[in-house]
Amino acid sequence: MSTTTPAGQQPARRRLPRFRVNLRQYGILAALAIIVLLFQILTEGRLLLPGNVNNLIQQNAYVLILAVGMVMVIIAGHIDLSVGSVVAMVGAIAAISTNQWGLPWWAAVILAILVGALVGAWQGFWVAFVGIPAFIVTLAGMLIFRGLTLVLLTGGTINGLPEQFTAIGAGWLPGWFGELGGRDVLTLVLGALAAAMLVLQQVRSRATLRKLDLPREPLTSFWLKIGISALAILAFTWLLSDYNGTPIILILLALIILIYTFLLNRTVFGRHIYAMGGNLFAAMMSGVKTRWVNFFIFVNMGVLAGLAGVVSTARAGGAVASAGQNYELDAIAAVFIGGAAVQGGVGTVVGAVIGGLVMGVLNMGLSILSVDAAWQMTIKGLVLLLAVAFDIFNKRRAGGR
Amino acid sequence: MNNTPILRMDNIVKNFNGVTALKNVSLEVTRGEVHAICGENGAGKSTLMKVLSGVYPAGTYGGNIVFEGEQVGYRSINESEADGIVIIHQELALSPYLSIAENIFLGNEISTRGVIDWNRTNREAALLLARVGLDENPATRVLELGVGKQQLVEIAKALSKQVKLLILDEPTAALNDEDSAHLLTLINHLREQGITSIIISHKLKEIRQIADTVTIIRDGETIESFSMSEPDATEARIIRSMVGRDLSSLFPPREANIGEVIFEVRDWSVYHPVDTTRLVVDGANFTVRAGEIVGFAGLMGAGRTELAMSIFGRSYGTNISGTVLKDGVEIQTRTVDEAIRNGLAYATEDRKKYGLNLIGDIAVNVSAAALAKLVRFGVIDRHREYKVADSYRAKMNIKAPSVSAITGKLSGGNQQKVVLSKWIFSGPDVLILDEPTRGIDVGAKYEIYGIINELAAQGKAVIVISSELPELIGLSDRIYAISEGVLTGEVARADATQERLMHFMTAGKDSAL
Ligand SMILES: Nc1ncnc2c1ncn2[C@@H]1O[C@H](COP(=O)(O)OP(=O)(O)OP(=O)(O)O)[C@@H](O)[C@H]1O
Ligand SMILES: [Mg+2]
Repeated sequence: MSTTTPAGQQPARRRLPRFRVNLRQYGILAALAIIVLLFQILTEGRLLLPGNVNNLIQQNAYVLILAVGMVMVIIAGHIDLSVGSVVAMVGAIAAISTNQWGLPWWAAVILAILVGALVGAWQGFWVAFVGIPAFIVTLAGMLIFRGLTLVLLTGGTINGLPEQFTAIGAGWLPGWFGELGGRDVLTLVLGALAAAMLVLQQVRSRATLRKLDLPREPLTSFWLKIGISALAILAFTWLLSDYNGTPIILILLALIILIYTFLLNRTVFGRHIYAMGGNLFAAMMSGVKTRWVNFFIFVNMGVLAGLAGVVSTARAGGAVASAGQNYELDAIAAVFIGGAAVQGGVGTVVGAVIGGLVMGVLNMGLSILSVDAAWQMTIKGLVLLLAVAFDIFNKRRAGGR
Repeated sequence: MNNTPILRMDNIVKNFNGVTALKNVSLEVTRGEVHAICGENGAGKSTLMKVLSGVYPAGTYGGNIVFEGEQVGYRSINESEADGIVIIHQELALSPYLSIAENIFLGNEISTRGVIDWNRTNREAALLLARVGLDENPATRVLELGVGKQQLVEIAKALSKQVKLLILDEPTAALNDEDSAHLLTLINHLREQGITSIIISHKLKEIRQIADTVTIIRDGETIESFSMSEPDATEARIIRSMVGRDLSSLFPPREANIGEVIFEVRDWSVYHPVDTTRLVVDGANFTVRAGEIVGFAGLMGAGRTELAMSIFGRSYGTNISGTVLKDGVEIQTRTVDEAIRNGLAYATEDRKKYGLNLIGDIAVNVSAAALAKLVRFGVIDRHREYKVADSYRAKMNIKAPSVSAITGKLSGGNQQKVVLSKWIFSGPDVLILDEPTRGIDVGAKYEIYGIINELAAQGKAVIVISSELPELIGLSDRIYAISEGVLTGEVARADATQERLMHFMTAGKDSAL
């Protein structure tokens, strides 16, 4: 068997390639930073007033929640055009159930999420088991659920929701630790904890890479990235503590981001979503139950749309038939700004959330500057186009296939 | 034939994000010759040709290219094609829903003021088809053609562009012997018409048959270049230069230790998925024993892949009937998942379409069919996943900087090794390998044969489908021949000759076993 052992011809010690800085990941963070800075200057410092920072979160929570569901849909190679209508319908049901049927607030929330899941199961059924493209199924859904919302709200707008319910979208954690120099201590503590967790997690995953002898990014850029992110978290909570403290919705968002990042990166379900987006046939031939995965992607999107419906209804303090208009477009834009690929297989929860924040800052900055709604739309459209163009340019430069 | 070089490439260097694909390659091609390029998987052959043809534009590589006496640096395929350099890639690039004629003139349409002249298009296409010896109607859609015929359409397309230098990257990798022979004759004809060809191939027999000169590349460097008319221009010399050592035999030694029948298929029939009245596999019966390697021989379209895919989770066909038994007990294989759980594995012949997630890294692909082994409470142990993938990278000698390398960027042969790793990791009892060495270099073939032997030695049942008869004969304990969806012969290793197999492979469906 001497022929199988090469005579000293093995490539000598393999050298680790220099890790190419992932411009896209930085690109989106940098874009967010630049947009914040730009509007901070244009608005003469008003963008980052504590109240505005607070509103940024409370006003945009729905996009961020929807974007998390949407990124999974898009990674799998689908699209969901119905989420705006689902948000409106779920909002209407939640409002009717508390206001007219007298359900307690928590039951209304559960009902809303269940309805969302049901809607998702309905759409998932058509996509996964009947094989109709998601574009068609959700385009139909967009009409169906908007129509049903109008039916539900024939009596007009429903206001007067329970206080606990509206708190989900427009309330704050109580100041358990008191105040220090006029700032909410709890918020500061949470900020410090979040920053510390981020650093710890990053350092640990780098250590794992080293242990496995896998390529890592250069140390300086690694620390630079962590340092800036941690500082941003601290600054962000510093500002929030000066207003009403920690919005309840922020805690909810943080949980969603953590859970879904874990789901996509570490669980079989998440892996199967990437596998299907990367090559559907190869996934099938590897034993992935592609139909069920597709089904649950839509159920999950429905659940998150239900939650977004609760959040935006709570924030608005009532249900209107025109709620949720264009939400699907905001979510889809956030996902693509966040680096997902139109062909599927690529995308991250964190990217989608940052993409959503870019849209949010843009919205807020333009509103502070009292830019006309028509121009706001135009500008958002251009930003989406530029973000994706930048992505493609980067891939070409990296000498892709 | 004069002896001026038509092409000179000097000291070509090409990096991909810090990975050096070409360190220093030089190549000189004489006008009117057939020039072969040989080298191991990942040596840089395809990359060199992509540099030449402008797939990687001038400026993204180092070195000097002189074509027809002029220094060139193409920025796109269009520019190189305008100079008469046409490359036919490892993966064919025809549009399946368009006709042969439309494909030939795609991007180059015969038109007057933007309106396509269909009469002339079809007439000229017919002339080109005659030149490449393809007897098909130019209006036939490409998806109805086998790979061999598609290859000829690619060449017809090249001829339509007034090709001077034709580059063929592993043209016969997916062809059976007959189609390969036809292709080689065609290349010979083209040589007589003054067209220079560069051919990349792992099949040394072909190279001996057709090449005038051969250049050998190893690890991104030119090792040597010699004329095939030299007395010591032997296959052994090519292999030595390619792998840097001698390879005494093509097949590793093996002591077969064959046990009981562990896999049996009875009365297996499959109908075509679209044309549901057409029988693609007709009442197939076969057995495989523990520790046995069983080959399946058949011409292109005989139904070998269809048989395998229909057994593996009904991935092909409709109205499937028949029974599958493992260890004497009937098992169900209605879905791929069920087939895998019942200990089956099927490595597909089409790695790009069915085998790999090309945008995923090596680790993700290796674990894809057996993720359950790396999971606790629904959570993937990434640490172990990388370790496992890395052990396969070492064992299968996959050339990649690390297991986080993207599979789409590996060379063809190394992608094939990733597919094999994936199925070996799934730990099957019955392993079906469909063209396992397609596009793989001689050294790596030897390694893969060794791995197949090892799997058999572990008591697994191994089924190998291959279009290369010498490979089947060298590897298998027993060979079944299929013709037109029917098993027509069963030959033991001792009696297996190419002639005998060929006889069964062409017997037709009335000669069922
Ligand atoms: N786009 C790319 N990005 C990164 N690395 C690449 C890229 N293309 C090729 N490589 C690397 O360059 C090396 C040479 O690849 P190439 O495809 O030229 O090999 P080859 O000689 O054609 O092999 P095979 O016989 O397997 O087809 C390989 O190690 C491959 O991984
Ligand atoms: Mg190649």
